[in-house]
Amino acid sequence: MKSESDESESPGVPGFHSWRGVYLFVFGCFLLMVVGLAVFTHFYA
Amino acid sequence: MNAFDWFVLLGTMIGIAAYGTWRTRHTDNLNTYLKGNRTTKWGTIGLSVMATQASTITYLSLPGQAYESGIAFIQNYFGLPLALIIVCAVFLPIYRKLGVYTAYEYLGKRFDQKTRLLGAALFLLQRGLQSGITIYAPAIILATVLGWRLDLTIVFTGLLVIVYTVTGGSAAVNLTQKWQMAVIFGGMLTAFVVLLVKLPPDATHIAGAMGKLQAVDFTPDLDRRYTFWSGLVGGLFLSLSYFGTDQSQVQRYIGGASIRESRLGLMFNAVFKIPMQLFIVMLGALLFVFYQFQPDTPVFFNQTEWRRHTEGAQGATFRAIEQKHAALHADKQEKIRAWVAVRDRGDAVAETNARAALAQVQQATNAVRQEARDALKAADPRAKTKDSDYVFISFILSQLPHGVIGLLIAVMFASALSSKAGELNALGTTSTIDLWRHFRPLAAHDEARNVRNAKWFTALWGFFAIGFALYVSSAENLIEGLNIIASIFYPALLGVFVVAFFLKKVGGTAVFSAAIVAQAVVVGIYFYGKAHPQHEIGYLWLNPIGCAACVLFAVVLQTVLPSRRRDDALPA
Repeated sequence: MKSESDESESPGVPGFHSWRGVYLFVFGCFLLMVVGLAVFTHFYA
Repeated sequence: MNAFDWFVLLGTMIGIAAYGTWRTRHTDNLNTYLKGNRTTKWGTIGLSVMATQASTITYLSLPGQAYESGIAFIQNYFGLPLALIIVCAVFLPIYRKLGVYTAYEYLGKRFDQKTRLLGAALFLLQRGLQSGITIYAPAIILATVLGWRLDLTIVFTGLLVIVYTVTGGSAAVNLTQKWQMAVIFGGMLTAFVVLLVKLPPDATHIAGAMGKLQAVDFTPDLDRRYTFWSGLVGGLFLSLSYFGTDQSQVQRYIGGASIRESRLGLMFNAVFKIPMQLFIVMLGALLFVFYQFQPDTPVFFNQTEWRRHTEGAQGATFRAIEQKHAALHADKQEKIRAWVAVRDRGDAVAETNARAALAQVQQATNAVRQEARDALKAADPRAKTKDSDYVFISFILSQLPHGVIGLLIAVMFASALSSKAGELNALGTTSTIDLWRHFRPLAAHDEARNVRNAKWFTALWGFFAIGFALYVSSAENLIEGLNIIASIFYPALLGVFVVAFFLKKVGGTAVFSAAIVAQAVVVGIYFYGKAHPQHEIGYLWLNPIGCAACVLFAVVLQTVLPSRRRDDALPA
């Protein structure tokens, strides 16, 4: 029987099959924001 | 403020509070009262987590800080998304599996009752005192600017939040926070649009040239307060402490309809928190540009305090400072226009020279602003010399149309109420579950009595917060002291949770002693830095140091403790 916290269960978000995928997506968004801010700093500061 | 502003302000504030009270008036089940009604979806959880974290200081002071020092503060949030991923993957499943009401209840199950009480006591101590500040901080600014009575502002805000938090518990907090966040987003966006309309075409470039847009700093200096590294490492530990071990946050997400809803609510924050904070600091940086082109930009933004002195016995000194500032301000406008002109021509050498001249006049302006603060301090040692908190509110009152002013003042109160409600709810819950039920175990099964007690504790903490806020009015330097207490008490608590989750062989006695030793280490480092400023480190670094010290001491103590004492290690 799967527990409520099973990491491999489907998160019910279109395009994602596991929570690991959601975490990777969030981490990717974070990296994108940092790179974007670094580029912003380079251009404007 | 005119009648229309008052209508918008009171209508929004009282309307949301009344709606929350009415919708949750029949909350008499302990689980619903403390965790919400188990139907809470991810959107509500996400907004509730965001609303609890962002108090009025976020919306009122952060634009002022960016006005003063630029947008580098954004790096403080770099550890947050990573911390929320760890909370989702490790902390949340354990809390849900055990069905706990509080994070400290878990410590009791994992270790022993003394460790549980230590965690609960640390939380109650720092969050209880901070709840007074949550009311006081916006009240002092709004009362000063709008000419309201400070004590009545504190009492009105405190009573309003007590009414719906006591009546509906966690369900009311979640419900009202959702609508309060809608007011906050709407108001801040409106202010931003109005500001954009009033800005010159080269605003972003001007802000950059004047040093306000340094968002990321990769310098590996430990003594710099905000760098990429301190934000990433220190911010990660600080956010882990806050979201993983502070009951005011844990309570927001453990009561979701399912673990999926709680996780998505937290991931919503992981993605949108940095853009939201960036929006607020950018507002401050652009406010700086806006004020460069205003003919009457004040030398000191707390005009109530300033006027008290210009009209006083030493008025001549203050008026002389004003004239000096006005002359420099006019010169600066010329220098900005000259820089924009040579930049548009594409003349690199002339642009470098114009930028240097601009930096020079800005430095002179900063010196005059410091002179103004020194003059205030000399005239009245108790004068409040930090005026950055008054930058955004000055813009709101002088530049926004009526109605929108009421909306923005409502934003400030909504943010105070929403974070305060989360705090009171958590304080009431921890007092009931970790203290009262611990000392009165026989009463634990009487559900009605538990709910009644939770309501009493919530109200008591609310009145304590009001009383403390009124007391702080006469002892303002306590605010700084309390912020320091909060930043040095989290790391050891996080260390206890890290040991609980990841080091299954370590028992309660070892971790309890380690937490106390780690706490002493953090306090020692902090005070050593204060005594020897050349060795002082940025406060964010205290978080990884304190947490690592706790984990290390726990492991060492576990190996040296007599076997009798080691038997208290229980499986997680």
